[in-house]
Amino acid sequence: MSRIGVAFDKARADGRAVLVGCMPAGFPTVEGSIAAMKAMVDEGVDVIEVEIPYSDPVMDGPVIQKASDIALAGGVRTADTLRVIEAVAATGAQVVTMTYWNPIEQYGVDAFARDLAAAGGTGLITPDLIPDEADEWLAASEAYGLDRTFLVSPSSTDARLRMTVEHCRGFVYATAIMGVTGARAQTSAAAPVLVSRVREVTDLPVGVGLGVGTGAQAGTVAGYADGVIVGSALVRCVLDAPDQAAGLAALRALSAELAEGVRNPAR
Amino acid sequence: MSADAAAPAGRLPDAAGHFGRFGGRFVPEALVAALDELDVAYRKAMTDEDFLAEFDALLRDYAGTPSLLYEARRFSARAGARILLKREDLNHTGAHKVRNVLGQALLTKRMGKRRVIAETGAGQHGVATATAAALFDLECVVYMGEVDTERQALNVARMRMLGATVVPVTTGSRTLKDAMNEAMRDWVANVDTTHYLIGTAAGPHPFPELVRDFVRGIGEEARRQCLDLTGALPDAVAACVGGGSNALGIFHAFVPDTGVRLYGFEAGGEGVETGRHAASITGGRAGVLHGTRTYVLQDEDGQTIESHSISAGLDYPGVGPEHAWLHDSGRATYLPVDDDEAMAAFELLCRTEGIIPAIESAHALAGALKIAPRLAAELGREPVIVVNLSGRGDKDVHTAGGYFGILDKEQ
Ligand SMILES: Cc1ncc(COP(=O)(O)O)c(C=O)c1O
Repeated sequence: MSRIGVAFDKARADGRAVLVGCMPAGFPTVEGSIAAMKAMVDEGVDVIEVEIPYSDPVMDGPVIQKASDIALAGGVRTADTLRVIEAVAATGAQVVTMTYWNPIEQYGVDAFARDLAAAGGTGLITPDLIPDEADEWLAASEAYGLDRTFLVSPSSTDARLRMTVEHCRGFVYATAIMGVTGARAQTSAAAPVLVSRVREVTDLPVGVGLGVGTGAQAGTVAGYADGVIVGSALVRCVLDAPDQAAGLAALRALSAELAEGVRNPAR
Repeated sequence: MSADAAAPAGRLPDAAGHFGRFGGRFVPEALVAALDELDVAYRKAMTDEDFLAEFDALLRDYAGTPSLLYEARRFSARAGARILLKREDLNHTGAHKVRNVLGQALLTKRMGKRRVIAETGAGQHGVATATAAALFDLECVVYMGEVDTERQALNVARMRMLGATVVPVTTGSRTLKDAMNEAMRDWVANVDTTHYLIGTAAGPHPFPELVRDFVRGIGEEARRQCLDLTGALPDAVAACVGGGSNALGIFHAFVPDTGVRLYGFEAGGEGVETGRHAASITGGRAGVLHGTRTYVLQDEDGQTIESHSISAGLDYPGVGPEHAWLHDSGRATYLPVDDDEAMAAFELLCRTEGIIPAIESAHALAGALKIAPRLAAELGREPVIVVNLSGRGDKDVHTAGGYFGILDKEQ
């Protein structure tokens, strides 16, 4: 009973990995973020990870920090994020929400789960909520049939990894490196090891994120993971562009490159 | 601190770091292993005679504790209360922070780590960390909001002299909260080799408990000293509250003494009603910030609101979770003290006692001036108030000089 499982099942049937593309809601504007996410869907991104901008994003590197700051300076509200999710879900793409915990707690955990389900969102990725503190979210996600993606890390002990995975539904997020979001020149050697550790304890799909930025890197990760999660590299296309049209063009080009990468993984 | 002073069973927090509904761990999974490692090392250390003896010796021979409890007679006359100052300003490096830093540096060594990182607001914690890093031969990186590097330039120079690398943080509000974000990001990436030497009793479990335990000697000493001096416990204990370490440090030993009133004074900035303040308990709501659930200055959506205070060390939009709990339970009372009230008390201490306090500590002095008449009325006699003079004002000469208009404006 997983909402996002559909995307993984479909990709699995095609013999490929799912491409997950991340973008903060409200960056650079609410409408601009919807346009960006729709462009990503058009170019073959399977799952859109809508990040709720937050003032203190400790798991994010400079690119997503800056995009979040721009979104917040523009006045984006949590309710706007739900509007973005609804608009993107309406395209038929799967939408998962990535959020630090405080915005959800202040919205009301149950209320957010209700409104997220109503907007067509599949569930939450929670970078600073570990299952140990998640009782309210576990209950709300059960009540509204939402997926729960907790993170596992190369530093997770076997016991914690098993416990964390047991609390996931939909997919597991394996953080490829010890660090924050941001594209890196090289993909991680720790990631394949972590993915195989997860596979030993679950049949859930495993997505790998942190550091992936090119089609070739996406292809490499697709070789051992069920999902390839790309954030900063996509956000940077919009951040660095001189205007919206140029940003969308760069975003389309990179999305297409990444989509090609997961479809024809490296040699 | 001695082994028999170890926290009795049944005291908070629980094993997962909860003080009632506050505390806990709201962190990336990547940090959990390091927090667990730290928790184990800390619990072992607190029952290890060798560790405690080494810590005691450092506090005595290096930091200069126990700090004096000084009866400030001329200040008392103005306050209408018998004011006893816990002279943490006389400690090596000039504040209570040295206690926490020496404890954590010893733990770092025990865990076999070679690098420490820290966040700092006023620069006091950064200086203390750089000091301990020099003493223990550890690599040291201090994150400091760019705004703070400007208003506390002297402390930046101090840290560099001590061999630390100071990294100005240019994101967000460019103050303490952003320095803390940046330190957490560094820690996530370097957790194998690095200890995050957090500067206050906040952050994820076990930091609030661990920091409290390293600074609780302040209250243990003060309690004894007050009994020696006056033959009785004080009527009240007063401290300023930024993240909350000096306040917890002096409160902790008095918590079971229910006749002793505990007062925490938060930075009221330009006035809580103006929205420009740093009074998280008075003016905030329960939420999650920097790895813990506590009172946070935040908007309706849970976005952190920038704090404001003339005192860089109190300019933080959260507070340690144990204070949140002490507030909810009613054991301690938290009141705001605004910039002007703090500076008036600052000036009064300078002029009556020849002691230049840290502006942070001036909030506690102002608070004592505020509660003294109430307490006197309630008790029908002159109250005895122990005030934690958490630090000295050398670092604040520029700010205070500007405030009082006694510095050349060009400086
Ligand atoms: C002298 C002094 N007192 C108090 C504080 C506030 O911190 P805490 O609330 O943790 O004691 C600081 C922080 O830099 C400080 O330097």
